Amino acid sequence: MSEEQMIAGTPEGGAECLPPNPVEGFLRSERMPHIWCPGCGIGTTVNCFARALLQSKLDLNKVAVVSGIGCTGRVAGYVNLDSFHTTHGRAIPFATGMKLANPDLTVVVYSGDGDLISIGGNHFIHAARRNVDLKIICINNFTYGMTGGQLAPTTPVTAISSTTPYGCYEQPFNLPNLAESAGAVYVARWTTYHVRQLTHSIGEALRKKGFSFIEIVSQCPTLYERRNKLGDGLDMMEYFKESSVVKHGAATKEAGIGFQGPITVGKFVDIERPTFLDLMDKQMTRTLDAHYTGSVVEDHVRG
Amino acid sequence: MKLAHADPAGVLTGTHFLDGDQACCEGALAAGSRFAAGYPITPSTEIVERFSQRVPQIGGMFLQMEDELAASIAIQGAVWAGAKSFTVTSGPGFSLMMEHIGYAAMTETPCVFVDVQRGGPSTGLPTLPAQADMMQARWGSHGDYQIIALCPSSPQECFDLTVHAFNLSEQFRVPVLVMMDEVVGHMTEKVVIPPAEQIEIYPRRYTTLPPNEYQAFQAEDDLVPQFARAGEGYHFHVTGLTHDEHGYPAMNVETQHRLVARLMEKIRRNAEALARNEEYRLDDADVVVIAYGITARVAMRAVQMARERGVRAGLLRPQVIWPFPEKRLRELAERNGLAGFVVAEMNCGQVCYEVERLVAGRVPVLLEPHTGGTVHKPEQILDAILKCSAGLQAGTGTQALQEVTR
Repeated sequence: MSEEQMIAGTPEGGAECLPPNPVEGFLRSERMPHIWCPGCGIGTTVNCFARALLQSKLDLNKVAVVSGIGCTGRVAGYVNLDSFHTTHGRAIPFATGMKLANPDLTVVVYSGDGDLISIGGNHFIHAARRNVDLKIICINNFTYGMTGGQLAPTTPVTAISSTTPYGCYEQPFNLPNLAESAGAVYVARWTTYHVRQLTHSIGEALRKKGFSFIEIVSQCPTLYERRNKLGDGLDMMEYFKESSVVKHGAATKEAGIGFQGPITVGKFVDIERPTFLDLMDKQMTRTLDAHYTGSVVEDHVRG
Repeated sequence: MKLAHADPAGVLTGTHFLDGDQACCEGALAAGSRFAAGYPITPSTEIVERFSQRVPQIGGMFLQMEDELAASIAIQGAVWAGAKSFTVTSGPGFSLMMEHIGYAAMTETPCVFVDVQRGGPSTGLPTLPAQADMMQARWGSHGDYQIIALCPSSPQECFDLTVHAFNLSEQFRVPVLVMMDEVVGHMTEKVVIPPAEQIEIYPRRYTTLPPNEYQAFQAEDDLVPQFARAGEGYHFHVTGLTHDEHGYPAMNVETQHRLVARLMEKIRRNAEALARNEEYRLDDADVVVIAYGITARVAMRAVQMARERGVRAGLLRPQVIWPFPEKRLRELAERNGLAGFVVAEMNCGQVCYEVERLVAGRVPVLLEPHTGGTVHKPEQILDAILKCSAGLQAGTGTQALQEVTR
């Protein structure tokens, strides 16, 4: 399907009907309604992702979305692209295998903070270290939504979760700092309030070569906010609006998030570093010279 | 499906002196694998050491991952991008890979796992042999599913059965497990690698349908769906959740039954066709020894020693261990005058359970167990053959385990 066709959709009401939503063709509308709760921020981020992807002019046949497990893990199932809903925490190594086996693909990993940073934390730092050309979109809602609101590696100190009923006392991860320290070449953070900035950032990440990381701070009204008596989805958006401080180039180590405290947002890192495949090709060529046949892994028998 | 022939670039045709690990690597290359991911673990590492040296000169890569969880899912990402890929490991790493064997079974991802078995449990005996992962291979991931597992007894078979493993994984779209053991992995013998045109390859079952007609998990008559790879406009979805023919999550009783029954049945209904047994002096045997991997070679000596003593023993060596060769075993169990079975394996009784289940009390089944670290002595297996022949039923079957622990 061409991009124009996707944007145009197939209006049933004829010429008078409203112009179709530009992201409609990007979604698997036959799978709607989605499973996300009223007021959840994940859908907003998918809208931003879809718009960024359409604006990017990338060939949508060459874009794959890989998710892990959790509420955000369900994103893969709703986007009308080649999509892979993998195991808990393992979206990044799956995506690594996919990208390296076919470098023509743009591989986007779309998953939550629990999936990517807790159970998948080891893979996150190693993929960043290797600078595999992956676009990582991480929805941080401060909790495990799918399983009922348990403590996450991002839960702010003193926040209530179902497994810290007296308040969290663990130091959470500062995700942009973790990503930068491990070697990411592009690091940004926005909230679900910052839809334009977020769309722009996703577009930049799609164009960037190398391990790119975007944290999206998002609301979870059903579990995180209800337990912490923070109101509904709109109240959390008010908090994001009032407490976010845009600071491009901010030192990531200063970007930690305290309970209902200020949220530093912006683009923090945008550097150049050779990717895994660049370095592999360089080293192999240096040592093997003409014997190196390149890294493209086609299957060799198509029948 | 029309079989193809191996790509000559990956085939090291000739007569070689290789250990089982090296031969396994050559089998993978001959089968067309150009992508492997792994994490170092004794005694399997030599397979990917050789692969990492060979494959950059053929067109492909070895990816050393941060752990076995990563390795066992990276290969599946590569498969969906169009590669033929595999991973290798041993005991503790095999345990870590279990979730992704289940994922490959559920998502019908054709891939190969090699387990060079060492003594366990836990870290156990890193450099010494065992065959104690056999039931883990069969049942280790959660839920109901079927896999295929192969057991080579020599470096030559490490080559042959690795090629076979890739072919079966493509034919049935299942993870195929090559269950080696440390002795087979590290023993060096003659390995003959035929010319590429003599190596048959089962091609990936790529769909011929256009994207608007394609359903990623709509099975064909043989219960196996056609494959699409990422990047070709099919916009398909793959999930480990219970899914319908579109590949979309559908968590209800009907879909669960339809999917799980198909995943089971596509292997079960082919169990007989999949069987690949070596039989030694079984024609007139009164005592049937069942052994696989390195233990089968010791058992063969024990059979010869029994014959020298006038006891008619024979050996059944399954090369495909899962699904188990049920039909052949039942035939033997029903043979007139059969004294019984002896199961010799380097564990405390695993495949023996399967034999007992099939024999169902018709004749005695004697287990000759070994906790691992070295192979059986032929005399141990001979002793079990003689006991079986004499009709001694004390300590039969998996009860013989008590004798080990005494």
